[in-house]
Amino acid sequence: MNRTAVSTIMRREMRDSLRDWRIVAPILLLTLGFPFLMNTTALLVENFLRQYNAVIISTHMIPFGLMVVGFFPISFSLVIALETFVGEKERYSLEPLLSTPISDAELYLGKLLAAVLLPLVASYIGMALYLVSVMWNLRYHPTPQILVQVSLLTAMEGLVMVAGAVVVSSHTTSVRAANLLASFIIVPMALLVQTESILMFWGRFDMLWYILLILVVADLALVRAGVRTFNREEILSRGMDNLNLGHIARSFRDFLRSGSPTHGDTNAEPVPWWRRLLALYRHDLPRLLWRERSTLGVAALMLAAGVGLGAYYAWRYPLPQGIIPLDHLTDRILQAQGSPVTPGWSWLPAISTRAIFLHNMRVLLLGALLAPLSFGALTLILLLAPMTMVGFLAAQVSIVGGNPWTFLAAFILPHGWLEVPAAVIATAFAFRLGAVLMAPPKDSTAGEALIQAAADFVKVFVLLVLPLLAMAALTEARITPQVVLWVYGR
Amino acid sequence: MTIHAVVEAHGLTKRFGTFTAVDRVDLHVAEGEVLALLGPNGAGKTTTVRCLAAILRPTAGQARIAGHDTVAEAQTVRHLVGLLTEFPGLYQRMRPPEYLAFFGQLHEMQASHIRQRSEQLMRQFGLWDARDHRMGEFSKGMQQKMALIRAMIHDPHVLFLDEPTSAMDPQSAKQVRDAIAALRREGRTILLCTHNLAEAETLADRIAIIRRGKIVALGTPAELKHRLLGDPLTEVRLTQSIDGFLSRVTDLVEIVDHGETWFRYRAARAQEVNPRIVRRLTEAGHEVVAIGELEQHLETVYLRIVEEERAGNE
Repeated sequence: MNRTAVSTIMRREMRDSLRDWRIVAPILLLTLGFPFLMNTTALLVENFLRQYNAVIISTHMIPFGLMVVGFFPISFSLVIALETFVGEKERYSLEPLLSTPISDAELYLGKLLAAVLLPLVASYIGMALYLVSVMWNLRYHPTPQILVQVSLLTAMEGLVMVAGAVVVSSHTTSVRAANLLASFIIVPMALLVQTESILMFWGRFDMLWYILLILVVADLALVRAGVRTFNREEILSRGMDNLNLGHIARSFRDFLRSGSPTHGDTNAEPVPWWRRLLALYRHDLPRLLWRERSTLGVAALMLAAGVGLGAYYAWRYPLPQGIIPLDHLTDRILQAQGSPVTPGWSWLPAISTRAIFLHNMRVLLLGALLAPLSFGALTLILLLAPMTMVGFLAAQVSIVGGNPWTFLAAFILPHGWLEVPAAVIATAFAFRLGAVLMAPPKDSTAGEALIQAAADFVKVFVLLVLPLLAMAALTEARITPQVVLWVYGR
Repeated sequence: MTIHAVVEAHGLTKRFGTFTAVDRVDLHVAEGEVLALLGPNGAGKTTTVRCLAAILRPTAGQARIAGHDTVAEAQTVRHLVGLLTEFPGLYQRMRPPEYLAFFGQLHEMQASHIRQRSEQLMRQFGLWDARDHRMGEFSKGMQQKMALIRAMIHDPHVLFLDEPTSAMDPQSAKQVRDAIAALRREGRTILLCTHNLAEAETLADRIAIIRRGKIVALGTPAELKHRLLGDPLTEVRLTQSIDGFLSRVTDLVEIVDHGETWFRYRAARAQEVNPRIVRRLTEAGHEVVAIGELEQHLETVYLRIVEEERAGNE
């Protein structure tokens, strides 16, 4: 890595941003004006709350104000990044840069730093001004922990926005299109800031470390994706942002049939449907499962993590004795599951094959739908959530003196040996729908990779997951209750 | 004397998914030669140049610049080439010296050398007086000349000029063509991509016609004309009707067209044939008003090649 080249790129980009009044004017306003506005707000709120002897203001609201004062200028890193990465492409000034001896990584890093540093410096100046004014007016002194947390959160948020903008920019050829896609960054960031605000007002500053950890992981993932996508081949291979539904449909069909797009290969001899189906089970499915073994491993790991997390929460927040009515289970209670007559179990779906099957199918499909919007993260969380509940309940059983293994063997194992693999497989293939957007395979654009991932998901879901879910639902409705009654019933 | 190929391509192929942009291209450009890559929009000219300039990696085949492989020694190749892109792509808020310093630094040049070279090139291309203006204020011609200076700041071995005059007004285009002609006189090795036939004919030593990623014809303008249009075409104009004279010269030339007082013929060795034709006309009592070789346009050659290639594919 040539640091001189990185620094040359970075300095030019920063100079260019400083010459653009559309960037400089709002940053100056937010950096120099907003902290005093926030300080005035803090004073007014403090005076109001003092009448009611509320002390929340200094301990909770001032750190929140610090975060907001820092966030506004850093949000400009997204604007600068879109200008820097896509704007250059649109104005044709990127190709001359690509013809110089600098490497793709040096160019990426120079632009990344330029987009982050200027807003970050502005954020820190704004935060310093705000802190000085609240220290002067309210005699508030922040703890070192809060200072470090808010400073690091601001920097990591800036990096997420810029690294995310690079990923977004790699899928577009115009600033307009990039701005439209930027909602994939803005919406999660808005949710994140809301979460941080809630945690601050709640006084759970310790939880901010977890947020910071999530941001660091997101930064690493996005920077890795950026390095993969921001290279000469990707940048110059991309055409217009046209949506060609016919081409998408043809590619999807080809991927579904053969695993690779052939477009118009009509030489293949016609094969009877049953032989094609047999080939799918004998060749395609094993090949797909083997190819995705690492993704399946990630999903399995998530499953184990969910159980572990549930157990941890059970130990931390034990339920009152008797809330899990294992000693009073009757056939009537199990049959009425999901209705108000069974307090303690009403959150479970009704025990019918159809209801269970539809419920599981809906959840797994939802995971697939959410994957491209969250780069696969929400898909994994959807798997994590029920397994956390399983772990929580098993651990609770243990806490109240029962045997967790017996509980798992009775409640989960009869149908779980079918349902859990189905969930892991569906989650793994749904996760890929998001992962390929972040890091498309070599020799393939993100669009092609997404279509292939969708075709793979459909193939696996229809041929493997749905049959497994159907058998699992049948077992859960007919056999599991009998096993539970046999073990726990009276 | 050995003529070294500065630009070499062997079976150069570039595919984007299922689309083949460059299809098994073989090229050799000698030191000091100007080769024009001529073809319609989307023919694969720009992709070929990008592969040769080590910006894109070929899917198959290989390319070398001054003996350096464009994949294995990409960074060395980028030091050796200067690329003028189709659009100038200047940073509008920058001034020329600052802009050239930026690109000079990326080429690892010393600051003093950058200053010296910037001044030399800006004076050469008539932009020295505009050095304190922001480049956003430049005319199209000035912008393209500035882009040409950028491509030359590091004194590259080879220049790739991609559509240097496209979308320009005639005056700006002439400015840029004059600048390229000056580089040609300096003995620079240049690969010029264009769909402007006159530009190719005026500026290039050889022309390669590219269509659908394939080189379909390669040679000097004269060679291409001869190959496609046949022997030079000569026209003779007389004071009176040619009457039955034509039958008296069919042993010497092939008459391709004639009118009341004129006729045209093709002859491989015009220097030998023309005096004999004139002699026979004089002997027959005809008075010659004019005799001269008709200009055969490269456009005709180009259109014929493209049509033939299209017909061959169909």
